[in-house]
Amino acid sequence: MDTSTSAVTAAVHDGSAVLARRGVLDVRAHAELLTPLVRDVLAEAGAAPSDVTHVVGGRGPGPFTGLRVGLVTAETFAFAVGATSGGWGSLDAMAHGLWLTGDAPGRFVVATDARRKEVYWAVFAAGPGGVVREAGPGVERPADLPADVRELPCAGRGPGLYPGMFGPAVGPLDVDAGALADAAARHLSAGGALPPPRPDYLRRPDAVPQAAVKSVTAADGRRGRR
Amino acid sequence: MSTAPLVLGIESSCDETGVGIVRGETLLAHEVASSMDQHARFGGVVPEIASRAHLEAMLPTLRRACDTAGVRPGDVDAIAVTSGPGLAGALLVGLSAAKALAYALDKPLYGLNHLVAHVAVDILDHGPLPEPTMALLVSGGHTNLLLVRDITSDVVSLGETIDDAAGEAYDKVARILGLPYPGGPSVDAAAAGGDPRAIAFPRGLTSGRDLERHRWDFSFSGLKTSVARWVEARRAQGLEVPVADVAASFAEAVADVLVRKAIDACRAHGVTDLQVGGGVAANSRLRALAQERCDEAGIGLRVPRLGLCTDNGAMVAALGAQLVARGRPPSSLSIGGDSSLPVQHVTM
Repeated sequence: MDTSTSAVTAAVHDGSAVLARRGVLDVRAHAELLTPLVRDVLAEAGAAPSDVTHVVGGRGPGPFTGLRVGLVTAETFAFAVGATSGGWGSLDAMAHGLWLTGDAPGRFVVATDARRKEVYWAVFAAGPGGVVREAGPGVERPADLPADVRELPCAGRGPGLYPGMFGPAVGPLDVDAGALADAAARHLSAGGALPPPRPDYLRRPDAVPQAAVKSVTAADGRRGRR
Repeated sequence: MSTAPLVLGIESSCDETGVGIVRGETLLAHEVASSMDQHARFGGVVPEIASRAHLEAMLPTLRRACDTAGVRPGDVDAIAVTSGPGLAGALLVGLSAAKALAYALDKPLYGLNHLVAHVAVDILDHGPLPEPTMALLVSGGHTNLLLVRDITSDVVSLGETIDDAAGEAYDKVARILGLPYPGGPSVDAAAAGGDPRAIAFPRGLTSGRDLERHRWDFSFSGLKTSVARWVEARRAQGLEVPVADVAASFAEAVADVLVRKAIDACRAHGVTDLQVGGGVAANSRLRALAQERCDEAGIGLRVPRLGLCTDNGAMVAALGAQLVARGRPPSSLSIGGDSSLPVQHVTM
């Protein structure tokens, strides 16, 4: 499951193929939509929650509030059914999704909406066995990315949001949980362990330590002079 | 073997990640992880810091609660969760966890009102709630006077703060006096040796036209400013600030207004039981004054133990158990969080 992009998405994978996948575009309803989507894909796959052995949540980077919905859902669902929970980079999942189509360029960037005039980004190289992340994940204004990165073919919503700032648009706009599950399943069957389901925020919380106490009598004085 | 419902409750509306487990009216587990220390240097709760802490603490707190209660997740009869009011991003962490549990375990989900849960928690300490009960909820985020005719379906808001919550006023006065955050405990401690009648601080919304329009509402913004003015004037004269007297006089003004209005509401509605809850219910002067005036008025006073007054999951589980016991319908898995959920909505 992944809630780090504009899509709320869930999928079921049986170790060799995706059995069911769903995605809904809605950046404001992650918490409303996700568990019902999980229910729907499991039903479509003919599986019960207790059949699940591994639960993978997209680690982002992505807007924080939505991102947390996917990760806490993945972790808690796994706890409830005694499954193993893990996380997978959301940009990596998009890159893997592009690779699965067979049309991945040799080198490309994934850039998603980080709001505040910035993108979350990572650079990938595609080979016969899959994709390898070469740089990132990071968060930058598109204009501040290295020139060679901006010339690369670009997946994600970056090119649509910032026309002319990236190379040709390729591949998925948002995360597809089917690709995420496939990447994780391949990793597991190659003997790898899933990284923990911890978020990649890439930004610190907005918070300013409190200043000195403001004088109310001085404020009265200012009002008086006005 | 008891047949009372076994309910797991999750709370994440502000800076405490709470998971509680109750069977009927009996508390089995009450685990809380607080991010309060991380907010101290900001002088108040920073929503994003609170939300991050909820995500980190949710599963460990859930595990601890199940271990303490000696129950497996699959043993529970229902999952209850605070779905509002509270900080939007923070609410969604607990709500998402609760939905995942409810779906994965095939148990009913109850998304419920944080304020009503603060009332229900006292059932765990003092047994069935008298109905009707008048409830005075005072915390860092809320100051409400509630008429509770049925804890599962009929809660009416008689009044609330029109500016700062009582706990916020404590935090601000603590800053003025150079005392640490959170202000509740630090001002309370500073007030211990002070004279509550030393300074006549104002009692908000208690006279004239205010009383007509806001009979059971509260206002603490003017009180806070009045304390600041008094302290600044004192400093401007080069005099020492009598911190204990200022703290005690401020606490007296807060407690006086809260209790006066609560008793007035009880009398006006013919209610003979008052419950005080929320984090500020930990305040010693508020407890003492409420006891004194309830005794005079022939009103029964209930105050939960301190650990259940602040935000926690047990209160959510306690209300959930009442909802299950009275056969109220569960919530849909599609509910969202509602940061300003009105108190009339006990469930979503």
